[in-house]
Amino acid sequence: MSIFVNSDTRLLVQGITGKEGQFHTRQCVAYGTQVVAGVTPGKGGSDMDGIPVFNGVLEAAEKTRANCSMIFVPPPFAADAIMESIDAGIELIVAITEGIPVLDMMKVKQVLAGSGSRLIGPNCPGIITPGQAKIGIMPAPIHKPGGPVGVVSRSGTLTYEVVFQLTGQGIGQTTCIGIGGDPVNGTNFIDCLAAFESDPETKGIVMVGEIGGNAEEDAAAFIKENVTKPVVGFIAGLTAPPGRRMGHAGAIISGGSGTAAAKIEALKQAGVHVCENLGYIGEMCADVFPT
Amino acid sequence: MKIHEFQAKQIFRKYKVPTPEGSVATDPEKAAQIAANLGDFPVVVKAQIHAGGRGKGGGVQLAHSLDEVKSHAGRIIGMNLVTHQTGPEGRTVKQVLVEAGVNIDKELYLSLIPDRETASIMVIASEAGGMDIETVAAETPEKIIRVHINPLTGIQPFHSRKVCFGLNLAPEVIKEFSFMLKQLYQLFVENDCSLVEINPLVITKENKVLAIDAKMDFDDNAMFRHKDLLAFRDLDEEDPLDVEASKYNLNYINLDGTVGNMVNGAGLAMAVMDTIKLAGAEPANFLDVGGGATAEMVENGFKIILSDDKVKAILINIFGGILRCDILAQGVVEAARNTEIKVPLVVRMEGTNVEEGRRILAESGLELFTAEDMKSAGDIVARIVAE
Repeated sequence: MSIFVNSDTRLLVQGITGKEGQFHTRQCVAYGTQVVAGVTPGKGGSDMDGIPVFNGVLEAAEKTRANCSMIFVPPPFAADAIMESIDAGIELIVAITEGIPVLDMMKVKQVLAGSGSRLIGPNCPGIITPGQAKIGIMPAPIHKPGGPVGVVSRSGTLTYEVVFQLTGQGIGQTTCIGIGGDPVNGTNFIDCLAAFESDPETKGIVMVGEIGGNAEEDAAAFIKENVTKPVVGFIAGLTAPPGRRMGHAGAIISGGSGTAAAKIEALKQAGVHVCENLGYIGEMCADVFPT
Repeated sequence: MKIHEFQAKQIFRKYKVPTPEGSVATDPEKAAQIAANLGDFPVVVKAQIHAGGRGKGGGVQLAHSLDEVKSHAGRIIGMNLVTHQTGPEGRTVKQVLVEAGVNIDKELYLSLIPDRETASIMVIASEAGGMDIETVAAETPEKIIRVHINPLTGIQPFHSRKVCFGLNLAPEVIKEFSFMLKQLYQLFVENDCSLVEINPLVITKENKVLAIDAKMDFDDNAMFRHKDLLAFRDLDEEDPLDVEASKYNLNYINLDGTVGNMVNGAGLAMAVMDTIKLAGAEPANFLDVGGGATAEMVENGFKIILSDDKVKAILINIFGGILRCDILAQGVVEAARNTEIKVPLVVRMEGTNVEEGRRILAESGLELFTAEDMKSAGDIVARIVAE
C-alpha cells in the first residue's frame, strides 16, 4: 500500500520538452513510472523518447487515460498549467515549479477548492512510492521500497537527507511527499498525516517542517487528536534571523510568529518525537519506529 | 522587495488614495523649498529608510518655520537612525520627505496582506492607529478587524461595510473610506504586493481620509511582470553581499558567524546552519544555490562566501536532485581555480551522479575535507574554526 500514487498511476508531464522536463521525465521512466503523455502547447503531434506530446491536457488525458500530471512549466505560466489540469479533471497534480507569484497561487487554491483534483506543491520535489512510481525530481536510489514509514516535508533536499538516513538504518518508506516551500500550496501536512494514518502499511510517520506560517502548529493539533501512529518531527530554521525570507517564499518569521522554537514546542506537546539535530534523525527513527 | 514611504505614496496617488501633499529632499535647502511651496505650517520632516519605528528614533519631526525645516532636515539627513527594525547598527538616512501637517481627529490602522492559510487577501484594520499592530494584537485582540477577500471575486461592497462598521466610522466618511479601500485593493493585486500598510491612516477634523504613512512590500516572485517597479529598488538599503548575490539569482543572506556554507535547497540550507550551531560554531550566511543551479552559479556563490572576511571555513553540503553532484563538483573546482581559496573547505555530497562528483573533486588536486554524513560535516567544520 501507499498514498496518492502507485504502480497504476498514469503520468502526463506538462513542460515535457523543456530541459528539466526532459531530464526528469527520463529519470521517472527509468524508475518504472508509467509516463503516458507529455504536454507542450504548439508541439502537439511530436514525441519525446516515444512518449506522445499533445497541445493540451484535456486531449492528452482523453487519449492516454492519464490521471496524474507533473508540471515543469516556468513560473509565469505555471498557475495556468495547474488550472488547465484541474479543468481537465486530473486527479493528482504535482507542481515542481519554483517561483510562482503568491497571488497566482491564491487563485489556483480557490479554483482547486471546488474541484476533484489534489495538488501537491508547488515548489516541491514531488512524490514517490518507492518501488512503484516516482513523480518528481528526487534522486531515486536513496529510497527503500516496502515501508513501514511515510515521509512528509516542506523541503526538497531536506527530505532527501531524511530518506537517505532512513534507508541507511534499513528503514523503508511507503510514500514520501514534498508538499513544497511556498506560502500557498495544495496538499498540506494534515492531508498527508490523515492519509498515512489510514494506510495500513504505514506504521510510522516522519514530518519535516520549517519556519514560517502555522502549518506545523495545525499539524500538531491534528496529530494530538487523530494520529495513533508514532511521529518523528524535525523543524529547520532554529538559527534563521527574523524578517528574512530563507530561500523558500514561505520560510519567514514575521511578527514573532512562525519560529522554529514555537513549532518544536507544539509538536512536543502533541507527543511527536522531535529531533533537533538533523544528523541524528535516522538513529532516532530506528529507536522510535517498530521494526 | 521593499520601497520607501515616499515611493509608496507616489503609487498611492496614482490610485487616488489620498496622501498629504509633499515631496522628497536630499539636502536642507531643497527641504525648505518644498516647505515653502506647501505654503503653510506646520510641516512634517520624515526620514526615509526601509524600517519602521522612525518616529521613536528621532527620524520624524514637526517644523513650524522654514528655519526649523532646514535645521530638522540638516540633522536627519546623514544621521544614523536606529529603530527596533534596523538592528543596533542602524541605517544612514539619505533623504527626507517633507509633507503638509494634518489636523488629526482619529488615527486608524489599516493593512492588506496575503493570508496563506485561507488563500485570500486579508484586510486588517483597527481603531488603535499609530501603535505597533503586533502589540495591539497581543494586548487587545478585540480591537482588530480581519476581513478576507477571495481573489477570484475581488473586493465587494460588503467587505468594505465590514471594515467601516467595524471601525465605528462616522457616516460622513464611509463613502470616501470605502472608495479608498477599493483603490487599495486594486493597487495591492495589480502590483503583486506582499504588504500594504498604513499606520496611521487618519480621519482629519475636516472628515477627510488621509494616508499619512505608507508601507509597501512586493512579492519577489512576481517582479517579472512589474519591471517598472524595479526602478524603486534602493540598493543602499540592502546588505552589499546580499545585493551581489541577487545579481546571480542566488538566495544569500549574510549573517554574523564564521562558517561559510553553501547548500542546495532552502530547507536543507537552514538545517545545515542549525547543524553548524549545534556543533558549537556559528553560520556566516544562508546560501541556497537552488535547484536549477549551474556550475557558474555555484562558482558565483563561492565568490560571495569568499568575499566575506568573517569566514574562517566553508562547509558545502549538497544533496543532488535537480542539481547533480558532477555539476556542483565542476563549480567548486572552477571557483577554486578562479578565486584564491584561503580557508579550509569541507565537502559533503550525496545523490544524483555522486560518484562522478567525487571523482572530479578527488582528481582536482584541491585540498579539502570530505565528510561522510551530516553529523561529521558539522563536527569537522566546527573543529576547524575552533582551532
